[in-house]
Amino acid sequence: MTDRSPWTPPPRSFADTTGRSIRIERGIDDRAALIGMYESYAPHHRAQGLPPVGRERIEDWLDTVAGGLNVVAWHGDRAVGHSALLGNDDDHELMIFIHQNYRLSGIGSRLIRSLLADGYAEGVETVWLCVRPSNTIAVSLYESVGFERSNETGSDLEMTLSLQE
Amino acid sequence: MRVLVGVGGTERSFAALEGTVERARQADDAVTVAIFDDPSATLTRGQVRDRVGTLLEDWDRQVEIRDVDGDPGSQLVEVAESGEFDQLVLGNGNRTPMGKIQLDSIAQFVLFNSQVTVKLVR
Repeated sequence: MTDRSPWTPPPRSFADTTGRSIRIERGIDDRAALIGMYESYAPHHRAQGLPPVGRERIEDWLDTVAGGLNVVAWHGDRAVGHSALLGNDDDHELMIFIHQNYRLSGIGSRLIRSLLADGYAEGVETVWLCVRPSNTIAVSLYESVGFERSNETGSDLEMTLSLQE
Repeated sequence: MRVLVGVGGTERSFAALEGTVERARQADDAVTVAIFDDPSATLTRGQVRDRVGTLLEDWDRQVEIRDVDGDPGSQLVEVAESGEFDQLVLGNGNRTPMGKIQLDSIAQFVLFNSQVTVKLVR
């Protein structure tokens, strides 16, 4: 029997639940388009200070995030979702942002699985994140890929996932 | 303005005090320091007092230093709301590598409950 990874990359092209053709690409190919997604990001969907407001701050922030492992969901030439892992050899922080017009359509689940599959292939061991526990949609997404609650302080929930068994 | 600065012994709390004093020199604010036990700080109260003393030594204004005991968040709010203060200053907030801002439970309690204006120094 061959060693089968639980983190097989999902298809990178698919139709979302409303029939839109979405493709997931590794890396940030069209940075301007991704900045555009964050510039039009709904303020009430922002949490914990992210995404930052204003082009300059978005650019600074993306400079940091680009140092990690990135996947972007595209609808045509429009960036509609972005997920990234950032960290050192054994401890990576995960983030995911889906544009408000593309939420609840199955994109987040594919995007995060793509990212974790890429992380697994790169030898990433532990992934953690922090989220508002009141953000139940995000928390269920994280739980659906295996994240477990590791620490809860005030309004922050920390969740952890081990990729390599 | 009468400013109460909560100092729990983290680097951020000392930075908040420094910034408050800098502003107070120009604006002629009255500054009171509330020393409390911050579980994320490693200094003893005595060490915190020493650092506060050093930060204040070249300022010719009288600064009252108070000890706050019990639950830090609720006690800070209580002191701030005693009627003697216009503003409560706290140094708090970490950024994760990805840039998410995390406030500890003391800062959250203060922000959610204080009737006095809170200034958060990150």
